[in-house]
Amino acid sequence: MTVVSEAMPPSAAMKIREATVRRFALTDTIFRTATRFSAILVLLILGGVAVSLFAGSWQALSTFGFSFLTTESWNPVTEKFGALAPIYGTIITSAIAILIAVPIGIGIAVFLTELCPRPLRRPIGIAVELLAGIPSIIYGIWGLFVFAPFLQTTVQPFVIDLFKGIPGLSNLFAGPPYGIGMLTSALILAIMVLPFITSISKDVFDTVPSVLKESAYGIGCTTWEVTRRVVIPYTRVGIMGGVMLGLGRALGETMAVTFVIGNAHRISASLFAPGTTISATIANEFTEADGELYTSSLVALGLILFVITLVILAIARYMLMRIDARTGA
Amino acid sequence: MRHFIRSTAVAIAMAAASTLTLSAAFAADLSGAGATFPYPIYAKWADAYKKDTGVGLNYQSIGSGGGIKQIKAKTVTFGASDAPLKGEDLESVGLVQFPMVMGGIVPVVNLEGIKPGELVLDGTTLADIFLGKITQWDDDAIKKLNPDAKLPSQAIAVVHRSDGSGTTFNFAYYLADVNADWKANVGVNTALEWPVGIGAKGNEGVANNVAQTGGAIGYVEYAYAKQNKLTYTDMINKDGKKVEPTSAAFQAAAANADWSSQPGFGVILANQPGAESWPMTAATWILLYKKPDDAAATGEALKFFAWSYAKGDDMASELDYVPMPDNVVKSIEETWAKEVVGSDGKPLYSAM
Repeated sequence: MTVVSEAMPPSAAMKIREATVRRFALTDTIFRTATRFSAILVLLILGGVAVSLFAGSWQALSTFGFSFLTTESWNPVTEKFGALAPIYGTIITSAIAILIAVPIGIGIAVFLTELCPRPLRRPIGIAVELLAGIPSIIYGIWGLFVFAPFLQTTVQPFVIDLFKGIPGLSNLFAGPPYGIGMLTSALILAIMVLPFITSISKDVFDTVPSVLKESAYGIGCTTWEVTRRVVIPYTRVGIMGGVMLGLGRALGETMAVTFVIGNAHRISASLFAPGTTISATIANEFTEADGELYTSSLVALGLILFVITLVILAIARYMLMRIDARTGA
Repeated sequence: MRHFIRSTAVAIAMAAASTLTLSAAFAADLSGAGATFPYPIYAKWADAYKKDTGVGLNYQSIGSGGGIKQIKAKTVTFGASDAPLKGEDLESVGLVQFPMVMGGIVPVVNLEGIKPGELVLDGTTLADIFLGKITQWDDDAIKKLNPDAKLPSQAIAVVHRSDGSGTTFNFAYYLADVNADWKANVGVNTALEWPVGIGAKGNEGVANNVAQTGGAIGYVEYAYAKQNKLTYTDMINKDGKKVEPTSAAFQAAAANADWSSQPGFGVILANQPGAESWPMTAATWILLYKKPDDAAATGEALKFFAWSYAKGDDMASELDYVPMPDNVVKSIEETWAKEVVGSDGKPLYSAM
């Protein structure tokens, strides 16, 4: 090498160097532009979706105004549409699903990372991840043919009898037992979001430095205390991320919910009663929606779901910021 | 890995090539879109027609509402709908409408110990059940119609269509015809604001839900009740006679209908007179432009429909559809010869 460069005149070596630098600069610029374009593309798509949803729903929003959000009635015959029942159904089913899935998901993750014997760790981990790979239509079919009849014949009659006469609970679990309904779809949703919460929690639990945990154990903490005081506080941002991802899936899930929720535009106190969600309503009715106002109302439902998702993401961000600010992390 | 990539590339290339040849083959085919209810019979006719003539049909069963939208947008040669368009709507768009085939809608129930045909209902009782006024199977109104049946003291679980549907339209039309309360509070459309019950997607969804849920009642096209071996009920018709859902009963309803009374043959066969008539019989319609932009394609479509009327009756009966009566077909073909014209004003169809 040295022999060659010494043999070359200095100006030739400079030229080669300049060409190389230029090439590097060029590839770097291309790379930077490409990544920037990708990032902008996301914003453009998001903006496009928002604009077209807004344009499509304009007719419904201008006809019904704010009452679109507060009316329960959804009547295609008289063309009076209100979104309250689907909004209620979407929020309630997702909330119950998250309420069930978060403790179980985190429990699985803690067990897998802290307590599980090594030979069991992989099978359980893979089983949880397989849950995420099952298409939602399969959950729907399973829910309708296996899970709903099971609930109808065993769980629901028992629960209805159990809470009979207890104010509050008797309304929450009132009959008749259809098998399908709000609670059934919430349970299916809980199973569907479980793998998201579990696998993200597991991944972030693995990032907790061993030295932290070992110090805690060293001063005599129990496993519960280590999990509660060290592992979860250290990883709360990641857990929150997993929960939000799961919530996002629960809010938008269409096919499985359509199968088991009962698709009724009503708000009932009972969790066993049929209801509907925004995405189920759109999936059911869009193809046969004749009349511009009907179609526009369905697009408006889509816009509402879009806004709900944005609001929930914003709340999650805000909560994370508050926690970070308080702990100074 | 390299081998994998190469074989994938080959597979993609082959898939692309086959799509190209396929689309070339489809170029001469008829295109239609709309109702899901007649899809099985249209597919069967198209298959036989292709063997006969070499002309195929590309029919998208996207639902009646979708069919109307597509024909208005002129993306297809013909649209298909289970709910007829009104005369003024046909005029304003310049469409001609005619019925293609008929079928029956039957109530189906899931009651322990009750076999198909053992239960009888009439229109008002059926409407009251779907209105939520009758909530128990041992209600007096049902008992009165079925003095011999063992009716359980069980809650009625109403199952209806959750998607917009021509079946719902025809079912609701019948209920509104016999029950003033239904007419005033629920009305008639492809989708409704249902007072009670759970919604299921498609005829097969309703069939499944009824089969799954004890004490359930729903309504489906006759073919679905038959295929899924569901417990259908008999009905009391307009003449006060008990009728079973059979092809003969659907045909009787159609025979008594006065097809010329409505523009575009838009007669709804619900609650027709006649001792043998099934009260929930329904036709499904085809929509075509009177002065189509692509006259050749519409001409081909008319040939297909004429062929189906002439030779498709047996195929229809096999699939539990009811073919149109000959006198109706004759007046439909006269309408074609009179109204459907090319850009030169000459009729696209000449009666055989």
